[in-house]
Amino acid sequence: MPAIPNGVPESWYLALSAILFVIGVAGFVFRRNIITVFMCIELMLNAVNLSFVTFANHYKQVSGHIFTFFVMVVAAAEAAVGLAIILTVFKNRSTLNIDEVDSLKN
Amino acid sequence: MHLWLIPALPFVGFLINGVFGRKLSKTVINLIAVLSVVLSFALVVKVYLTAGDLAATPLHAHYFTWIQSGAFNVGWDFSVDKLTMIMLMIVTGVGSLIHIYSTGYMEHEEGYYRFFAYLNLFMFFMLTLVLAGNYLLLFVGWEGVGLCSYLLVGFYIVKDSATTAGNKAFIVNRVGDFGFSLAMFLIVVNFGSLDFGQVLPAVAGKPTGTLTAIALLLLVGACGKSAQFPLYVWLPDAMEGPTPVSALIHAATMVTAGVYMITRSAPIFTHAPAAMETVAIIGIFTAFFAATIGLTQFDIKKVFAYSTISQLGYMFLGVGVGAFSAGVWHLMTHAFFKALLFLGAGSVIHACHGEQDMRHMGGLKKYAPWTCLVLACASLAISGFPFTSGYFSKDAILGAAYAYAPWMYWVGVVTAGMTAFYVWRAFWMTFWGDYRGHGHPHESSWTMLGPLVVLAVLSIIGGFVFNVPEILSGMFPIAEGAKDAGAPSEMMLTAISVAFGLAGIGLSYLMYVVNTSIPDKITSALGGVYTLVYNKYFVDEAYDAVIVHPLIQGSESVLWKTADAGIIDGIVNGAGTQSQGLGNILKLIQSGNIRSYATWVVIGAVALIVAIGIGGAR
Repeated sequence: MPAIPNGVPESWYLALSAILFVIGVAGFVFRRNIITVFMCIELMLNAVNLSFVTFANHYKQVSGHIFTFFVMVVAAAEAAVGLAIILTVFKNRSTLNIDEVDSLKN
Repeated sequence: MHLWLIPALPFVGFLINGVFGRKLSKTVINLIAVLSVVLSFALVVKVYLTAGDLAATPLHAHYFTWIQSGAFNVGWDFSVDKLTMIMLMIVTGVGSLIHIYSTGYMEHEEGYYRFFAYLNLFMFFMLTLVLAGNYLLLFVGWEGVGLCSYLLVGFYIVKDSATTAGNKAFIVNRVGDFGFSLAMFLIVVNFGSLDFGQVLPAVAGKPTGTLTAIALLLLVGACGKSAQFPLYVWLPDAMEGPTPVSALIHAATMVTAGVYMITRSAPIFTHAPAAMETVAIIGIFTAFFAATIGLTQFDIKKVFAYSTISQLGYMFLGVGVGAFSAGVWHLMTHAFFKALLFLGAGSVIHACHGEQDMRHMGGLKKYAPWTCLVLACASLAISGFPFTSGYFSKDAILGAAYAYAPWMYWVGVVTAGMTAFYVWRAFWMTFWGDYRGHGHPHESSWTMLGPLVVLAVLSIIGGFVFNVPEILSGMFPIAEGAKDAGAPSEMMLTAISVAFGLAGIGLSYLMYVVNTSIPDKITSALGGVYTLVYNKYFVDEAYDAVIVHPLIQGSESVLWKTADAGIIDGIVNGAGTQSQGLGNILKLIQSGNIRSYATWVVIGAVALIVAIGIGGAR
């Protein structure tokens, strides 16, 4: 198992990435607060970013890094739009409970 | 020589009257419509005077290439030889007279500008047909006049019977045109060209079978256009159109297009004797058959309609027995006297306030003396009275028929007797006796009578002034041979046919003037036979039962209710129902609850990963 220069093995990075991702998924599915759900999505994105850079290091290829930048740009844009939506939802409904935002149902 | 101007002038008239006619006054419409045709006639005369010897040097004009495909080439070509010249004279000359007449006849009709626009369009197509230098261009004119015929037969668009008659004319002609198209395909395959100048001289070396097939298919086309048995059924119904239309299109010009086309294709026909015989037999049969129907009709226009079919049969007989020039001669004289008969009938109908049934006419010689006089000229001409125009042309045909097959001659003279009888029957019923109609009959205006007088003069003298066989001599070698063979007894044959004609006139005088009770006695004596003939041998009913009804029934039960409503609509509606059903199932996962969507996303992602894991990422 090749190691990153500071001595921590790559598998640890991947394991951390997987753990972060699963935490994100769990929060995404089980939490009710929209902001928490939103933060969980960000968490998943960053878990994937970690995998990207790890593999980029492993294969000595730069495309993983570049992909990470793309993801960060998308995440930033998404945060801007998402937070704006959340603010509007709160303004209109005075709630952030995700189960109550279901007007599409009917 | 600006040949293109001849058809272009009426076309310009059509455009002006057709596009702006609604806003123009009647005087302006008249001026444009009549002037365009009269100028066209003047141009034809100018071409005739300046062209020199058309037999030695026919005129040709190539305007542009229309279709180019490899070696095959069809151009917009006009050519003028003597035959074309005769046709041009007839079409523009008679056409001009009928245009002038129409300005009087149509004066009080709705859609005045529409009528003249169509009439000018008809002139354009008819002149294109006659001037065409190849079969395809001829076909353009052929279809064009068919279209105009349809438009003008159905001119009274609010009348149901008129629109039906227009449809009938159009559809029956399609049958003939189908044959014509097939003939053209065969010509292209065998000759590699459609130009008269290339096809007709090349006929000699081709197998007789091929030529017979081409000739018979051309005959199918001619039968449709020229109303020969079995495709004649549209012409009597076409009388629903205004009377000048009946005169111009359904008597003088368009219906003779079939005769012209066969004459134009004479080399093909002369090399296919079987086809020639078919033409002659169809011609003589139609002549006889239509004449018998003409004996019993009471509608004055129907009488002349069946007479037209019968006379066209004579022309077919003429070209069928090889006397092409005699056929064209009869075409010309027929154009004079039949146009006159129809226009005269129009004048009579006008006089009787729209009445067409001869049983409600009578005694009109007092009220409409000029109409009576010109119709007498026309009736004499069509009866073959000595030295009238019909006498010469009919005689030439019958003489050639005798040389070809004596029985055709005998059927021909009997038909001539019947022709004389029914035309004079119409004449006596209209002009003699007492007036049996309503209102006060009146003579027509001079706008209408003027053309009638000109045509009357032509009907009387047109035969020996324009001796067509002499003009066309040398163009159809076989015709001259046939005439020589019949020469010895020609005086005798002429005398017999004249005798039959006079007998017909005398008999009609006896039955409809001297003792008017005879017709009823004969009618009751004949009983069933009379009913059969009076109902036109039930041919229309037979066509209805055998072709039209099964077609409509089949269309309704198979095409409409099975194929369209069942299969096509079934597929479309089925697709809709199935999508709806699927949607009903899928809508269950659209709960509107964000967390359930999130769960689906996760499940989907996991499923994807598992699938990749099982399948192996490559």
